[in-house]
Amino acid sequence: MSNKLNNFINEKIDPLFQKGGKYEKLWSIYDSFHTFLFVPRETAGRKGVQVHDSVDSKRVIIMVIIALMPALLVGLWNVGYQHDLALGINDGWFMQFLYGLVAFLPKVVVSYVVGLGIEMAVAAYKREEVAEGFLATGLLIPMIVPVNTPLWMIAVATAFSVVFAKEIFGGTGMNVFNPALITRAFLFFAYPKAMSGDAVFVRTGSALCNTPIEGTSVVDGFSGATPLAAVADGSFDAASYSTLDAFLGCIPGSIAETSTLAILLGACLLLLTKVASWRIMLSVFAGGAVMSAIIGAFDASAPTVAQQLCLGGFAFAAVFMATDPVTGCRTNTGKFIYGAFIGVMAIIIRMFNTGYPEGAMMAVLLGNAVAPLIDYYVVDANINKRAKRVKA
Amino acid sequence: MASLIKLNKGLDINLAGVAEQKLVSTKAAEKVTLVPDDFTGSTPKVVVKAGEAVNAGDVIFTDKLHPEIKFVSPVSGSVEEVVRGDRRKVLGIVIANDGKNTSVKLPTVNPASASADEIKSAMLNAGIWPFIKQRPYNVVANPEVQPRDIFVSAFDSAPLAPDFSFVVKGQEAELQLGISALAKLTSGKVYVGAKAGSNLQLKDAEVYEFAGPHPAGNVGVQINHIKPINKGEVVWTVSAFDVIVIGRILGGKLDFTRTITVAGSEIVAPAYAKVLPGQTLSSILDGKVKHTEYTQRFIAGNVLTGQNAGKDGVVGFFDNTVTVIPDGGDTDEMLGWITPGLNRYSTSCTSLSGLFGLFKSKQWTLDARLKGGPRALIVSGEWEKVFPMDIYPEELYKAVISYNIDKMEALGIYEVAPEDFALCEFVDPSKTPVQQVIADGLVKLRKEME
Repeated sequence: MSNKLNNFINEKIDPLFQKGGKYEKLWSIYDSFHTFLFVPRETAGRKGVQVHDSVDSKRVIIMVIIALMPALLVGLWNVGYQHDLALGINDGWFMQFLYGLVAFLPKVVVSYVVGLGIEMAVAAYKREEVAEGFLATGLLIPMIVPVNTPLWMIAVATAFSVVFAKEIFGGTGMNVFNPALITRAFLFFAYPKAMSGDAVFVRTGSALCNTPIEGTSVVDGFSGATPLAAVADGSFDAASYSTLDAFLGCIPGSIAETSTLAILLGACLLLLTKVASWRIMLSVFAGGAVMSAIIGAFDASAPTVAQQLCLGGFAFAAVFMATDPVTGCRTNTGKFIYGAFIGVMAIIIRMFNTGYPEGAMMAVLLGNAVAPLIDYYVVDANINKRAKRVKA
Repeated sequence: MASLIKLNKGLDINLAGVAEQKLVSTKAAEKVTLVPDDFTGSTPKVVVKAGEAVNAGDVIFTDKLHPEIKFVSPVSGSVEEVVRGDRRKVLGIVIANDGKNTSVKLPTVNPASASADEIKSAMLNAGIWPFIKQRPYNVVANPEVQPRDIFVSAFDSAPLAPDFSFVVKGQEAELQLGISALAKLTSGKVYVGAKAGSNLQLKDAEVYEFAGPHPAGNVGVQINHIKPINKGEVVWTVSAFDVIVIGRILGGKLDFTRTITVAGSEIVAPAYAKVLPGQTLSSILDGKVKHTEYTQRFIAGNVLTGQNAGKDGVVGFFDNTVTVIPDGGDTDEMLGWITPGLNRYSTSCTSLSGLFGLFKSKQWTLDARLKGGPRALIVSGEWEKVFPMDIYPEELYKAVISYNIDKMEALGIYEVAPEDFALCEFVDPSKTPVQQVIADGLVKLRKEME
């Protein structure tokens, strides 16, 4: 079967998109689909390495997407679970998952359509191959927003991020800041009311549009506030708060960043395949833990170290955001410094700036900004060593 | 006892078609082609015309800037054609071999008594000077310069490359003569980088042994670990495979024959063969290649630094290997981004072959596909794993593409040659043509500095 398909594509379809073909302008888009179906036939040129390792950027990005799946699946269930808690009902884990899925799907469609649409248009204009980076970004975006974020906001923020955080720098591999986090930051600063508060993290209405469901009402004493909101307004009580809930992920929060356990499962895959740097991941957690311990020593009501690492987007940022190789440090020594910096900053922002209940997003963006500087000094040490050799 | 240097970084690509340690005969070379492009950094001035009769050892072309550097015919016969390309660039000089092997008479040189100048002029006149390259720039050495040291790599660690201990067998005297001659040309030392355990005994040289995967045999890596090059210094490099030829010719026998491996998964019985530089691949490979329905790729050189020469191409002046692998350009492999990858060669743990270490334990047949599209640099840290020098390869690469001369110098451009980046290019998921970039950068930098 596949042979016939090959021949059909190679003989009938392919020429249409090549130079001089009827649809040559759409070559980039055709190529992006074709390379998903088949490994490119392109062979090494006259000079240069004649054989290549079979790893390519598609495979690397796909590993990230697979690693996101546990966090996403648990997160979707949690959306339904929080909904049920708010309404005081329980219709089983499967219905809860379905509820989450229905609430999530429009967001991911919007994110991919807007983001990939722009990327493909730019690639077609430049007659380049479509890079895969946005496949991960486009999934990350709906995963890190509150469930009640309106679709048009996601569309605007995604467009902003893809154009201004990525394409103007030259596209995948050239960007300074993590595009998914730029989307989140754009939402946070442009529409603060939709990004924080009690009403945004738990959907109480219908799954698709959040319209009130007839005959239901929220239970007495329901608050959709996240634990970090409680930390910010000083009502958090570390002693009575269940760290296990935060670890498993049955607390309110952005869609897929609640379950530390599921995130760690993804982390296992990223570390096993070596797609993410263990240096960065380890040092983010270490930096966060050390900073939490220091704060805990002075303030008994502050969340414990375990709570700090499980709450909010900390674990998600450590595993999926800080480890983005493009926007992080590229030298091995730099990776340790970069990770620790993010871990420390995330906790500092969370504890001392009540305007930002969650510090992880800001910390990673700050880390992105200083990563080149860290690398500069690491490489400078090598330069100095060489310069000293001349003098000696 | 030679001191041992252990390298951990690098990669031995375990390819199928390793040459068995025996010599097989090849068809005699009916013609040889001298390719000026083999000699990076020199511009040819052809001094013969088509139809002219030549002896082995007669000058075919010289270097325009340094006319004392001569490139000679390895055979006797007649000049068949001077092949020119765009803007009359000389692509090759084809010499028909009459098989008589009448050669010009060269004086024999005794390195023990000869002066440096005598050795130098003997080497220049015999056409064996171009075997010496210089760093910085990895170009044919400038005879007017006194090098700090001379480095000789006495093994080739590239995939399917010949085993030096097999090649040198019976030619130890030639090797020693060559080394002794080289030792006269520098006020410093001749450093020889040998394979760990090879127990190479040489006079007039300091031997270091290297253990570890490719590129341990690259002379650039050896220099970096023995005595790195600083700005303003010049060192010369020669491959010990070529030192044998140098020694033989200085000893009075004008014979450019070199022992290479004829290897790769498409060769019926991979083995060693004696060939002339410039000999066509078809004459070397006659009767040795498998008959297949798919296309094959004929590489002059090894799979990392060689050229896709085609069957009618020729083996280069410095090549130690002729490799034949499947081309792969007619292969349709489905869904490469998600298949488990047990049967796809990868050092990356994103494939099971990488995760389980199968890329080391099993012999692989690799074709010439890129297996991915070119991208900007995305993954970090992969190049460093196969780059055993105290240099940041990615930073240096970036300095070269942005042509920041100060940065290039500061990051060690004078210490490297394109071949040192071959494995970076091999493992790179973004399929960056690193060697080409470095080569272009070196050419541009040399123009700027000289």
